[in-house]
Formats: sequence, structure tokens, C-alpha cells
Amino acid sequence: MTVAIDRATGKRSGDRPPRPGPGRLKRAYQKHWYAFAMIVPVVVVLGVLVLYPLAYGFYLTLTDANSLNSARTIGVNEIEATYKFIGLDNYADILWGETSYDRFWSHFIWTIVWTAACVGLHYTIGLGLALLLNQKLRGRTFYRLILILPWAVPTFVTVFGWRFMLADSGIINSGLESLGLPTPLWLEDTFWQRFAAIMVNTWCGVPFMMVSLLGGLQSIDGTLYEAAEMDGATAWQRFRHVTLPGLRSVSSTVVLLGVIWTFNQFAVIFLLFGNTAPDAQILVTWAYYLGFGQQPRDFAQSAAYGMLLLAVLIVFTSFYRRWLNRNEQQLAI
Amino acid sequence: MSTLDTPAPAVATGKPAGRTAPRRPGTRRGEMSRGGALGSHGILITASLVALFPVAWLVFLSLGPDKDDYLRPGGIWGKMTLDNYVFVLQNTNFFDWLKSSLIVSLGTTVIGVLVAATTGYAVSRMRFPGYKKFMWVLLVTQMFPVAVLMVPMYQILSDLQLIDTYFGLILVYCSTAVPYCAWLMKGYFDTIPFEIDEAGRVDGLSPFGTFLRLILPLAKPGLAVAAFYSFITAFGEVAFATTFMLDDERYTLAVGLQSFVSEHDAQRHLMAATAVLIAIPVSAFFYLVQKNLVAGLTAGGTKG
Repeated sequence: MTVAIDRATGKRSGDRPPRPGPGRLKRAYQKHWYAFAMIVPVVVVLGVLVLYPLAYGFYLTLTDANSLNSARTIGVNEIEATYKFIGLDNYADILWGETSYDRFWSHFIWTIVWTAACVGLHYTIGLGLALLLNQKLRGRTFYRLILILPWAVPTFVTVFGWRFMLADSGIINSGLESLGLPTPLWLEDTFWQRFAAIMVNTWCGVPFMMVSLLGGLQSIDGTLYEAAEMDGATAWQRFRHVTLPGLRSVSSTVVLLGVIWTFNQFAVIFLLFGNTAPDAQILVTWAYYLGFGQQPRDFAQSAAYGMLLLAVLIVFTSFYRRWLNRNEQQLAI
Repeated sequence: MSTLDTPAPAVATGKPAGRTAPRRPGTRRGEMSRGGALGSHGILITASLVALFPVAWLVFLSLGPDKDDYLRPGGIWGKMTLDNYVFVLQNTNFFDWLKSSLIVSLGTTVIGVLVAATTGYAVSRMRFPGYKKFMWVLLVTQMFPVAVLMVPMYQILSDLQLIDTYFGLILVYCSTAVPYCAWLMKGYFDTIPFEIDEAGRVDGLSPFGTFLRLILPLAKPGLAVAAFYSFITAFGEVAFATTFMLDDERYTLAVGLQSFVSEHDAQRHLMAATAVLIAIPVSAFFYLVQKNLVAGLTAGGTKG
């Protein structure tokens, strides 16, 4: 996913959409037909690959479809789908049905904690490293190359490296033991599973933040620092009143991206624990488990979780944008 | 991007400034005291070790011949061998997995870039009715959690007999790659001056002609970044590939790697070797293009 700064808006104020009036559609078509022609390929692809499955998925959430009553082929026999329409029962069941706390709300809270903790750590560590790398320092380029290694190696590879390290008598526990520290069961105990998941995801996500923020730092005008210093600002004041405001637009973009990615992070938790850790699953992996990790596969509930997740993300993004707009930040998504 | 290697704070050049506010030696702008430098190096070295260690550990374990060597790493020193690599290359489906990964990722990349290029240009240059809604749709599409589309996609692809085919997986990946390429390319097109378009129009080119003959050649770096991101995203995707590819000759690398650890047996030494074999070309490629990639980020588009 990507976010771009909308330089074009405002620059071409003459291109506002035409005022409402008779023949508006026709005039719009005549004026903009090439724009429409250019976006047609994406519209078609989105319609076929996103909107249709989305609508179909929403329909499934209103049924009791699972792998036992869906249409399927066993050998030469084709079995018709027999699931039936049950309205909004799936949503009601997920949100306030029996044991809904264990099935939904506990995962929901953990997902929020996970997202906040991971993005917070990504941002703080990434900013710290970016500040260090932004100094005149011997071997900066070398450090930078090493520090982006966790980004360069695919996540599905590095997570397995972590799994070896976190195993019961793996290197981390051996190390802790030789230091006389307790050796938690990283991959079995719920608290430590969560701790390990946050740790691994932080390790994977810091380089992106670091590189983006470093780019932001380097675009801050150096004369601002000089002016601040002339006025007698301390290092902290320069950071607080020059660096942070200068990073605002980059920060608001990368934080939004970080929240969306972390909220949707599938690979880390799925590969670290598989289906063994029901309590450490965030909503995305839990929805996957319901739909594909168990027998019978509960398609309807899984799709309903998906819809709820999407709703959470859309609400969050809308509020975030509104909050940015209120603070008059120059960033458009 | 070259500016990344030059320090941002410009060194103060004006001597008068130095005179009116005399500073201690060694604390000129952009320079640090000895202690500060030592501290910075200390933190950066620690961070580098943390970044390096899990990968290095994987490489180290891949040299141990026995599947439980990861529990007794000390023993590996005495019996280092490349046998794991030989075994993986000769006796597993590694090359099939590599082929699948390449087909699927390249297919996604090509379709994504081709389909999205004109749209990126249109949303960068033109304001048409429905522009804002269209951008909103593009944005929302990119933040779809995998759980939203997985169930309906699985059902639809089953109906079309496309489960366990490369084409099916490419279609699934295009649902995110296309909007995301459009965003990324819009970000790049925005950096190309409007004057070029205007000059083209004045000289009598149609909007399509402007795009094809003037803008597209200028936008090659932007296309490359979009292609690279699509490739990396498709290459590293786990959830859909795990669910939709059933035949172990059609596994992508991300799925094949998991297949070394089953409930009954875990061939960790082979898994480590495979992981290293995957990591080396991918990270080499990443390092080759990372400068462009940073340029792409600072040009306004960021990865998804």
C-alpha cells in the first residue's frame, strides 16, 4: 500500500468538477472522457477482483456457510450448496453471543495492544536510529546497510530464524540461563508468546520507519537549526521545536501505514505459532484459523470477522484523516 | 538517492555567527563531542548486532548436519558442512518452488504495472468528477486485511477451478497489487513537472500521446519502484499462497519453507539451508535497488 502527497490538488484549481446543471453528465463526459478512459483498466480490475468478491463475501456472512454445506466436488460427485440465509446472526453471535469475550473481544483487545505496542516501538526505535544516522559519523553508510537487513530478507525467512532462537532450549534461553535469568517458554506460554510476537514484529518493522524518517530528517532545512541555535535553543528544544514539526508530514504517513500493516500483519504470528497458540492470535490470524485452520471450516464466521476488521480499519483511517485535517497538516491520502 | 549519504544540517559558514556566540571547541554544527560520538557508535553497533544476529544465526545453523543441532549450536563448529545445501538443491522441490514464486510474482508485477500505469497518470494530472471517491476506493482497497477476501476468493476460485493454479494466485495478488501500483505511480508522476505535459499539449499531442511519448519514458524509475514493490510483496505473501496452493510442486517458496516443519517431523537443518538459499538472492536484489527505493519513498510514495 502506498500513500502519496497530493501535490496536484490545489495547483490546478481550474479543474474543479463542473457545477450541477442540465446536461452535466454529458458535459462531464465530453470534458473528461480521456481521464475516464485511463482509469477504466483499474476500475474493471477492482470491480472484478475486489468489489465482486467483497459483495459475495458479505453475502456469505449472512449465511451459515461452512465447508460441510458449501458446494464442493468429491471425486466425481458434485454436491450442491445447502447453506441457508440467517441474516445478521453471525455478527450478533460474534459481538455479543455466548463466549463472545473469548472468541472476539479478547482477540480484539490483544490486537489493539499489539498494534499500539508495535507501532510505538517501530516509531521510537526507528526515529532514534534515524537521528543517530543523521549525524556526521564515521561508517554511517555501513551502519545503514546493516540496519536495513531485517527489511531486505523476506519476513517468512526471518521468522523461522527467530523460531529457532526462541525454541525451548534455543540460543536465547541458553543465553538467559547462562546469565542466571529465568527462561520463559517463548512459544508456549501466552504472555511470552505475545511478548515474542511483538519483539519479532518490531525487529522486522523498524528498518522501514528508520529509512523513511531518515529521508524526512534530511529534508529539514539546516538553517532552521542554525537559527534555533542562535536563539539559544538547547538540543532538546531544537529536537522538540524543529525536528519534530519538520517530520510531521512523514510521521503521519508512516504511522498510518504502520498501523494498517501491523493490524493486518499475518505472516509473523502465523509462522511463529501456526495454529498452536489460540490466545496469541490477533484478529486477522484468528479469522484465518476459523475459516481455514480448523475442521469443519467456518466460512461464514471467518468472512464476518473479515468484514468487522475492515470496518475497524476504515473507521480508524477516517478519524485519523479528520484529525490530521483539523491540525492543518499537509498530507493527503 | 544520493542525498541520503550527505548530512542534512549544513555546516555554518558564516564566521560572524561563530564570533557573536562563541562555542566550545568540537561542538560546531554537525559535529559532536567525543563522548557523543562514542555513544552513537555504541548504540549503532548494538542495533546492528541485533539486526544481524537472527540472520547470521540462521546461516550458522544451516551448516550443521543434524536436525537437532539448533539445540546444541556449540557442536556445529566441529562438523560444519554444506551437505544441507546439496541435499536441498538435489532432493527437494526447491527449484519447483522457485519457479512458482517467480511465475506468480512476475505475473503479478507485470499485470499490476501495465494495468495501473494509465490510472496513476490520470489521477496525478486530471481532476474528474468522482476523483475523490476513486482515490478513497484505491486507498481502502490497499488496507484490506487478508481475512476479508480470502473466503469469497476461495469459493469463487473453486467454482472456476482456479484453486491450485498460478493464474488463480496471480488474480488474487492483483487485487492488492493493482491499486497499490496506481498509488505508487501517482506519487511518482506528481514529481514530473506539469510544464512537460503542457508543452506536449501545445505541440499538438493528445492526452494519450503526452502520456505515452513524454511522461512514460520519464517515469521509468517510478515504474521500476512500483514493479519492485509488487514483486517483493507477492514474493513474500504467506496467507493466500498457503491456502490456495495444494500441490507441493506448485508451492511458492513461502509455502515450501513451511513444509519442512510438520507435526511429526521437523527437518530444521534443511529448512535453515533453504531459508538461506532464498534470502541470499532476494536480499542481494534488495540492496541493489534500495537507493531507488528510498528515492521512491521520499518522492511521496511509500511501500505497502
